[in-house]
Amino acid sequence: MSTLTAKDFASDQDVKWCPGCGDYSILKQVQSILPETGLKPEEIVFVSGIGCSSRFPYYMNTYGMHSIHGRAATIATGLKMTRPELSVWIITGDGDGLSIGGNHTIHLLRRNLDVQVLLFNNEIYGLTKGQYSPTSEFGKKTKSSPYGTIDHPINPIALALGAQGTFVARTIDRDPQHLRYILREAVNHSGTSFVEIYQNCNVFNDGAFNAFSDKNQKAETTINLIKGEPLIFGTNRDKGIRLDGCRPEIVPLDGSYSPDDLWIHDPSDLNKAWMLANFFEMPGSESFFPRPFGIFYQTSRPTYEYLVNHQLNLAKSKSTDASISKLIAGNITWVVE
Amino acid sequence: MGDIQTVEKATILFAGDSGDGIQLAGTQFSLTTALLGNDLSTFPDYPAEIRAPAGTIAGVSGFKINFGSTEIFTPGGEVDTLVVMNAAALKKNLSTLKKGGLIIANSNGFDKKNLELAGLAPHQNPLSDGSLYGYKLIEVECTRLTREVLKDTGLSTREIDRSRNMFMLGLVYWLYTRDLQPTIEFFNKKFANQPSVAEANIKALKAGYNFGETIEETAVRFQIRKAQLPPGHYRSITGNEALALGLVAAAQKASLKLFYSSYPITPASDILHLLAGYKAFDVITFQAEDEIAAIGAAIGASYGGNLAVTGTSGPGMALKTEAIGLAIMLELPLVIINVQRGGPSTGLPTKTEQADLFQAIHGRNGESPLIVMAASTPANCFQMAYMASKLAIEHMTPVILLSDGYLANGAEPWLIPDYHLLEKITPRFATAERDATYMPYARNADLVRSWAIPGTPGLMHRVGGLEKEDITGTVSYDPENHQKMVHIRREKILKVADYLPKAEIEEGDQQGDLLIIGWGSTYGAIKVATQNLRKKGLKVAQLHLNYIYPLQKNLCDIVHNFSEILIPELNMGQLAYILKSELGIKPYELHKVKGQPFLAKEIEEKALQILSCNKKTCTHQV
Repeated sequence: MSTLTAKDFASDQDVKWCPGCGDYSILKQVQSILPETGLKPEEIVFVSGIGCSSRFPYYMNTYGMHSIHGRAATIATGLKMTRPELSVWIITGDGDGLSIGGNHTIHLLRRNLDVQVLLFNNEIYGLTKGQYSPTSEFGKKTKSSPYGTIDHPINPIALALGAQGTFVARTIDRDPQHLRYILREAVNHSGTSFVEIYQNCNVFNDGAFNAFSDKNQKAETTINLIKGEPLIFGTNRDKGIRLDGCRPEIVPLDGSYSPDDLWIHDPSDLNKAWMLANFFEMPGSESFFPRPFGIFYQTSRPTYEYLVNHQLNLAKSKSTDASISKLIAGNITWVVE
Repeated sequence: MGDIQTVEKATILFAGDSGDGIQLAGTQFSLTTALLGNDLSTFPDYPAEIRAPAGTIAGVSGFKINFGSTEIFTPGGEVDTLVVMNAAALKKNLSTLKKGGLIIANSNGFDKKNLELAGLAPHQNPLSDGSLYGYKLIEVECTRLTREVLKDTGLSTREIDRSRNMFMLGLVYWLYTRDLQPTIEFFNKKFANQPSVAEANIKALKAGYNFGETIEETAVRFQIRKAQLPPGHYRSITGNEALALGLVAAAQKASLKLFYSSYPITPASDILHLLAGYKAFDVITFQAEDEIAAIGAAIGASYGGNLAVTGTSGPGMALKTEAIGLAIMLELPLVIINVQRGGPSTGLPTKTEQADLFQAIHGRNGESPLIVMAASTPANCFQMAYMASKLAIEHMTPVILLSDGYLANGAEPWLIPDYHLLEKITPRFATAERDATYMPYARNADLVRSWAIPGTPGLMHRVGGLEKEDITGTVSYDPENHQKMVHIRREKILKVADYLPKAEIEEGDQQGDLLIIGWGSTYGAIKVATQNLRKKGLKVAQLHLNYIYPLQKNLCDIVHNFSEILIPELNMGQLAYILKSELGIKPYELHKVKGQPFLAKEIEEKALQILSCNKKTCTHQV
C-alpha cells in the first residue's frame, strides 16, 4: 500500500496564482487524491499549455511540461503513445483548450488516449488580463468587448460529446468533495477523461459561477448527476426532471409526481447525455433547467495507445527475423564486381 | 533489324497523361537499367492535380532518366529519346529534345480530339505537318496495337488501355537493348492475386518489344556498357526512401523507438507511408490532425525518451515554427525534416526549390539556434537522416534536415552501407544520484544537458517554454540569467562544429580560379558542370555543403585558396547571403527559381562568364 501523502506530490515552488483564485482548490484536490491512486510521483506527467491554469505542473512534484499555447494535447498524445505506462494529465483552460487548442481537444477525444483533461473554465482570459474567452456569455463586457461580446459561447460538454469523448464530466472549484469524486472517477476511467471544472477568476471574472456555487441558490440552480438515481433538485428536494417523450420537463414532487416518474441518470446513454449537456441556460431564462454536475457520459472504447502498441507488437511477433540490414538492402539488389 | 551502337550515356524522357502510367514505366525502366549495371539518375515531374483534364498540357506527367557506363550525377540535360503518349506531351516537352533526337510517339494520341486538347488545330498535327523536321520519329499506333494484342483477354477496353504504357516500355527496352525479365517479375509479384492483369501487362510489354523487332525505320539500337562503380551490393533508392531508412537505422543504433509524426503534404508524405510499414522495427507513426499536432506529438515522444521525428514541406514548417522554439528551450532531441518545394505559400507543391534555408536558420522568434543540415543526393539522404538523428540525440537539440522535391522522388543506385559499420549513437540519459536533487539544466563540456525521462525515480522535474534558470531549470526572469542562457544555447550549437566531418573539395584541386559552392540537391548539376569545365583545362573546383548551421570549421581555409567563388542556388541567394557574412567572401551568384533543377550547362555558362570576365580584371558584377 502507498504511504505517500498529498505533500509528496507538491513541489518546492511557491504557488503564484492570485490570492483567492479557484486554481488553488483544484491543485489541492488533485494533490489529495493522488496518494489514493497508488501512482508514484515519477509515473505521473502533467502537461499544460499557456494560461493561468497552465502553471499547474510547476507545483507538482511529478514530471511536467509547461508547453505552448493550446498544444498540451498534442504533446500528451506523443508521450502517451510511446510511454503508455505513464499517467498523463493535461491541464488546460477555456482559452487554451477550446480556442487556440480546440482542434487538438477534438482529436484527442476521438482518439481516446487514456489521459485526464482538466479544463479550468473561468470564462475569461486571465493571464492576458481580461479579454473575453470562447466560453464567455454572449454580450459580456470585457476589455476587448467594451460594447459586449457578439460571440456565441462554446458549450464544452456538448463539444466533448460531439467529439466522441468516452468520459465527459463537470465539476466546480468551490465543491472540493465533488471535485475529488470526479477526479477519482476520471483517473479510473480507461480512455480520455474530459473534466470541465468551473473555476472562479476572482480578479477578472469574479462570481461568474455564483449562480451555481452560492449556498443560497445552488440547490435550485444545480443538479447532481448520480448513476441510477432520479434527477431531483430544489432546496427541499421537491423538484424533479422527467422525460415527456424526448422532451425534458421540470415537475413538482408534491404528490402529483413521485421519484419513480423521473428521469433516472444513465451515463451510458449518449442521447440523454446530449440533453443534459444542453441544460445550458442561465437562471431566470424561460427554458432554464438546473445546471448538471457529475458524469454526463461514460463509455468504453479501446484506447489509442493500446491500438498503436497492439499493431506494433503484432508486426513484431509476425516478423521475429526482422533485420535492419535486410530492410536497408530492400528486395532488389545487384552486385558490382 | 537495325545495328546496335554503343553509347556512353543516354537520357530518355517518358511523357504522357497523368493517367497513362508514366511514372510506372519510368521506374520500371530505371530498375531494369540499374540491374544491368548502369549508373543512373531519375527525375519524375508530375502535375499537382491528381487527374488534370486528360489530354491537356496541364495533365502531362513526365519521368526523365539519365543512365550510362560512366558515373551519372544528374537526370540529364537535353533528352536523347522522347517517348510521348499524346500531342500534349510532345508539345510540352519537345524543347527539351536535343537536335536530331528521337521521338517515339503513340500516333493514336494525336487524333483530332487530342490535338484540340493540346491546343492544336486539326491541320497542325506535328507528326505530319513537317514541324518535327530534323528529329527522328517512330510512330506507333500504341493504343490500337495494345487493344489488338489484348482483345482476347476478356479485359474491358478501359483496362486494356491501362497497359499501353507497357507496350511503349517494351519498345524502349528493345531500342536500348534492355532485359524484359525484371519487369515481368515485377508484374507477376505485384498482381499475384490478379493473374489476368499481370498477364495483360506482360503481353503488352512483349508486344512492344516485338514491335521493335519488326520496324525497319529505325536503323539504330543502343547499348550502354556496365558502369565502373565501386564494387559491392547495390540497390536503387529515392531520397524519401533513404530518409526513412536512415531514421530507422539511427533509432536502432541508439536502441530507441522511432516516433515519426506527420501531416500529409507533398512531397514529404512518402516518408510517412514508408515508415508506417516498418512497425516490426519499433517504428511508431502518427498521422496528426495538423502540422502543429505533428510536431507537438514528436516533442512529447522525445520527452518520453524516443527518437522523435516530424517531416513536412515549407508551408508545414511555417506552422511548426512556435513548437520548434519550444524544443529549443526544452533542449530535447528532435529531427525536423523539410522536403522543400516551390514557395511562398502553397507555391508549387510538386516542383523543387531550395528557398527555405533562411526559414530553417532564422525562422523563429527570439534567439533560437539549432542545427541545420541538407542532403545532396537521393542516396545521401540516408547518411544525413542518420547524422541528423545522431546530432539531435547526442547534443540534445532540434535539428532541421532539408531535402527537396527533386531528391525526394529522384532515384539512383546506392552502394548499400553496412549497418554494423555505422557510427555509434549514444543517448545521454540521466540517472538518479542518491540524495542529490536532479538539475535538469546542468551540462557537460559540450554544454549538453542530460535526458531525464518520465518514469525514472528521483528525477522528477518540470520543463517548459519559459526561460530557464541556468542549471536548476526553474523559471527565471532574471536579466543576467537570460543573457547567459541565450549565450549558452548559441555556444552549444556552435560547439557541434567540433563533431562535424571536415569539409572537402568534392571535385578539382585545392586551389584555383573558381570555386563553385553549393548545398542540397544542386550537387549533381554542379559536379557535372565542374567536370566539364575542368575538361576544358579550367581551374575550377566544387565544394558542397551538407552542414549549414553551424558551418564546418575549415571552410575559411578552403575558400581563400580560390580567386573567385560562384554560388548557384535554386533561390535568390540565401546561402550566398549567409556565407558573405560568415566567411567574408564576395561570391558571384546564380539564381534559378523555375521549380526545376539546374542543368549543368547553366552553371557552366555562368562559370565561363565569370572566368572570362575575371581575365579582363573587371569588377564584380553579380
